[in-house]
This record gives sequence, C-alpha cells and structure tokens, in this order.
Amino acid sequence: MKILVCISKAPDTTSRIAFTDNNTKFDENGVQYIVNPYDEWYALVKGIELKETLGGNVTTITVGGSDNEPIIRKALAIGADDAVRVDLETGDSFVVASQIAAYAKDQGFDLILCGKETINYNSSLVGGMVAEMLNMPYLSLATSLTMEGSTAVIEREVQGGVEVLEVTGPFVLSAAKGLAEQRIPNMRGIMAARTKPLNVIAAISVDQTAEIVSYTLPAPKGACKYVDADHPEELIRLLHEDAKVI
Amino acid sequence: MRTDLYQGHDYYLMDEWLTEEHKLIRDTARAWIKKEVSPIIEEAFEQGKFPKHLIKGLAEIGGFGPYIPEQYGGAGLDQISYGLLMQELERCDSGLRSTSSVQSSLVMYPIWKYGTEEQRMKYLPKLAAGEFVGCFGLTEPDHGSNPGGMITNFKDMGDHYLLNGAKMWISNAPFADIAVVWAKDETGRIHGLVVERGMEGFTTPTMTGKWSLRASDTGELIFDNVKVPKENLLPGRSGLGAPLSCLDSARYGIAWGAIGAALDCYDVALRYAKERQQFGRPIAAFQLQQKKLAEMITEITKAQLLTYRLGQLRNDGRATSAQISMAKRNNVDMAIHIAREARQILGGMGIINEYPIMRHMMNLESVITYEGTHDIHLLITGMDITGENAFS
Repeated sequence: MKILVCISKAPDTTSRIAFTDNNTKFDENGVQYIVNPYDEWYALVKGIELKETLGGNVTTITVGGSDNEPIIRKALAIGADDAVRVDLETGDSFVVASQIAAYAKDQGFDLILCGKETINYNSSLVGGMVAEMLNMPYLSLATSLTMEGSTAVIEREVQGGVEVLEVTGPFVLSAAKGLAEQRIPNMRGIMAARTKPLNVIAAISVDQTAEIVSYTLPAPKGACKYVDADHPEELIRLLHEDAKVI
Repeated sequence: MRTDLYQGHDYYLMDEWLTEEHKLIRDTARAWIKKEVSPIIEEAFEQGKFPKHLIKGLAEIGGFGPYIPEQYGGAGLDQISYGLLMQELERCDSGLRSTSSVQSSLVMYPIWKYGTEEQRMKYLPKLAAGEFVGCFGLTEPDHGSNPGGMITNFKDMGDHYLLNGAKMWISNAPFADIAVVWAKDETGRIHGLVVERGMEGFTTPTMTGKWSLRASDTGELIFDNVKVPKENLLPGRSGLGAPLSCLDSARYGIAWGAIGAALDCYDVALRYAKERQQFGRPIAAFQLQQKKLAEMITEITKAQLLTYRLGQLRNDGRATSAQISMAKRNNVDMAIHIAREARQILGGMGIINEYPIMRHMMNLESVITYEGTHDIHLLITGMDITGENAFS
C-alpha cells in the first residue's frame, strides 16, 4: 500500500497561549511545538501498521517552513519511510490542502491519512478539501480501519453508536482517537531517521480564501465550589440558578 | 500515584544548545517513562524489587550503552545524549538510572575500551539489546573508598584463572548474567575479568533492608574458587586506573541524573505551591515558599550549566576525573537539598507516596555515597588544586 500521511505541528499542550498583531496572530514566542497528536498517534501509526501488515511505503507530507523539520524527523523516527515538506509558511486550510493535493495527484497513493483536526486551530478542513481536490472519497473521524482485500472497512463513532462503512479504491481518511495506539519512537528509529529522505519541494501559488479577523481567549475558569454531600439540593440550586445548565 | 505531570525546566534556555536529535532522544525517554514507569515505580519501590519487565523498553530507548559504537549494538551517540538519558531516567527514579548507568558505563564501557574484539562481539550487542544484564564488582565489604586495598584475587592455573573473594553493594547483581569483576593477580596488579552466571562457585545473594534505591536490585558477588576462562580477562588495561575510568563515565551520568531528580522535586513543589491554598492564597504567594522555589531553580540552573559544559569536554575527550568529581559532588548535594526543601513545601503531603519526593530523597542518600562519597570527591578536588594528597 502506498500511503501518504499529513503531518502538522501544534503547540505543546502546556504552552502559554497569547496573540499579537491586534489579536490576529498566534504569539509563537517561547512556544514548543509537537507533532499534532491526531496526526502522530492515530494517522501516522495507522499508516505504519498497514505497511507492516500489507507491505508498502509511508510518506509524510508537511506544509510549512524549515522549523517543521524536528516534527518531521520524529515522524520518520516513529516509522515513516520518507517525508516531503512543501516549503511554505502555512496559509489557511485551503492553501494547505491545495499544496497536499498538488503533490499527491500524480503519486498514486492508495490512502491519504490525516488527523481529524489540529489541536490548535481545530478546523477539520484539510482532509475533506484534499479529498475533493483529488476527487476521492472522504471518510472522516475514523476510529477503526481494516483492509479486507481491496476493500477498506471503516468504523466511525456516531451519536449513540458506531457507523460501519466500506470503501474501495484510493480514499482520504481522517483519524480520530482509537484508530491506532500511540507509539513511542525507539533508539533504532531515531538513528534510522537521520538518513531517511526528507524532500523539500516548492509550493504552488494559491490565494488564501480565509482571513483571520481576531482571536479571543476563553474566559478564565471560575473558582471551584464545594457543596456539602449532605445537601444535594444546594448543588441543584447552583446548577440551575448560577450555572444555568439545568 | 498521581498522573505524572512532569515538565522540564529550562530557565536559561539551554535547549537552544541541544540538537533536534538530543531533544528527540530526551523527549522519547520522557514519554516512555510516563507511559511505562511512572505508573508502577512507587509500587516497585515499596516492594523493593527492580521491575525487570522494563529492561526491554530501557534497551529500546537507548538506555544501554548509548555512546557505544553502532557496530557493537550501541547507538553511537555523544555524551550529551547519554547525559540527557540519565537525567530523564533519574527524574523518575535513581534506581532506574542506576540499572542503566551500571550496564552502560560499568559493564559495556570496560568491555568496549579494554576488551578484545571477540569479547566485544560476544557481550556488547546482547547487553545493548537488554538480552544480557551486567553488573560491576569493585567495592568490597572492607574496601569502599579505598578500592586499591581489595582482597579479591585470582591465580593463573595454566589453562584458567582461579578467582576468590567477595564484592558488596553491587547494583543489578542478583539477576545479572555477567559481572565485570576487578581482582588482583599474583603480583597484586588489578585486572578486569568477565564472570558469567553459572560458573561454578559464583553466587550473587541479594542484599535486603535498604531504605534507598529500593526499585533497584543490589547484591553481593561471592567467588569461591571460580574457574574463569583465560579469554575472559580484559587485556586492554590493568591497574586501579582501569576501573576508575569506568567510574568517570558513570559519575558523569550521575551528575546529569541528579539534575533529573532535582527537577522532579522542583516541578512537583512548584505545581503544588501554586495550587495549595492557605490563608486565602496559594502558598506560592508567600515569601518563604518563594525563597525555597527561587533558590531551587537557581541551583538547578547552575548545575545544568556546569554539567552541559562537562558534556562538551567529555565529547572532546578533555574532561578530567577531577572535573567529573566536582559535578557529581555538586549536583547530588544540590538534589538532596532540593528534595528536602520540596518536601517541606508539600507539608504533610510530602511524606506520602502519592508524590515522588521522599522516594527521591531516600534514593539520593545512596547516590551521594556510591561512586565516590561526597567527602572523597571533595578530596579529589582538593588534591587537584593543591597537589597535596589528603586521602591517607
């Protein structure tokens, strides 16, 4: 199987979140980046699992500057065979998807995997856009993927149950929690990653379709209120009158 | 035990001096520890048993012989990488780090440096993969700070050596497959010998009753007329300098490891101080707690700078034994003080095994004693700067 996995960086979950440029840009100062967990833990590992059982090749693709190379090396250390970086400071989802589609269209991938979303922007757009641009089926939020011959069987969690889908032929799949189990790279993998190919390719020219108007931080968490276990009616009153959730 | 929320602390932005591979190695070790070790370490400590199922994982993250060349199964990494691994392991537990640093610096290092090519090929790949566990026999019941006085000895019997004596305080001894043993020949010269489990007359009783390094197994090595094949002698170097050079490597790892233990205590105490409310405010808002925390991060930062520089010198082959002694002594002492201060910040909770601080504090009492006591390292520095030997 020839597999492409879309890899993006995301701020470490302990990062301090702030904005610059009149609240239109994320302040990267002092931020440590990690591989977006949905891309790493589920999409990439699923791709590697399929390669291990069915044979083939796993390529990762990242749209971004050279500051992405540490996360790309990590993906290679976990087990991808080679990597592509489209040399472009990241634009909106449309620009990113256009770059991935432009690279993938002549490569004959059987499967394109991406995380269900990045944990910073949470747009969940790139996978669907790539599928549309490549005229491939798009299966989102998969929690299970098994290959039965040339047919892929996919499970998705839907409200109150599980939806099972089948698809044949090349498709794009977005990975949700449960699709695979996180792998920690080992020293052999880290050593092997030193010499795996990381090809930097030029970006195609695409105009952004979205413009960030502003970001706002969520309201700070309120203080925790303790309710005496002997007085549940007080809890009901607080939920009803203060929190207004019941 | 609580979820391991540990985060590194890098007050002087020293990560900028690390390569991307250094950071990947460190972060990989940290991720493995959080997943595999943190959930079980308190129980292992309580039971007084080294969790042997971790050996395979330790090997996979490069915990055995990371700087040994790839042709012998190592990872061929530099000394900073080795240090970062030791830091992450001891951040979790000194006993875990001990198992790794004994295997790397005290077993693989002498076989690599002083062994024949046959010995290297026989032992190193298996040790690197965790298929073999090794231990190091230098200290004796009556010869700790004065290893040159050892009485363990061997006689040349023509087609083999006959080994007699006993070693004590040996990490990994109870389950080790091989032991690198230092013993005197008939002329009183010290040599290294590889003794294998199963050789007749070789036993490894477990030492019990430790209040420290409980998650690491410690034992004795007893040699009662053990026939050691001649090809098991390490021919590359003899004299006390041979085992001491191994200790240089291990002490260097301890210098990094102690920073890990200190970082964990600081990290726990800082988080606790910000969350714990007294008199209507987090205790981190009180000057006396801030003094403790501020002094902790200052001492950690100084140790990080000292140790990183030592790593550069090790990479260049220029670090002296005395420089390593200074770092080992300074950092372990720093870590013990931080453990005690951190324990106080947590108040009563500091003595509960829901938090790692008392375990670190107890472990560090061994670390400040083994591989050269705190006092002996001071005398090494003293001798280095004055030219006067104050040992005896």
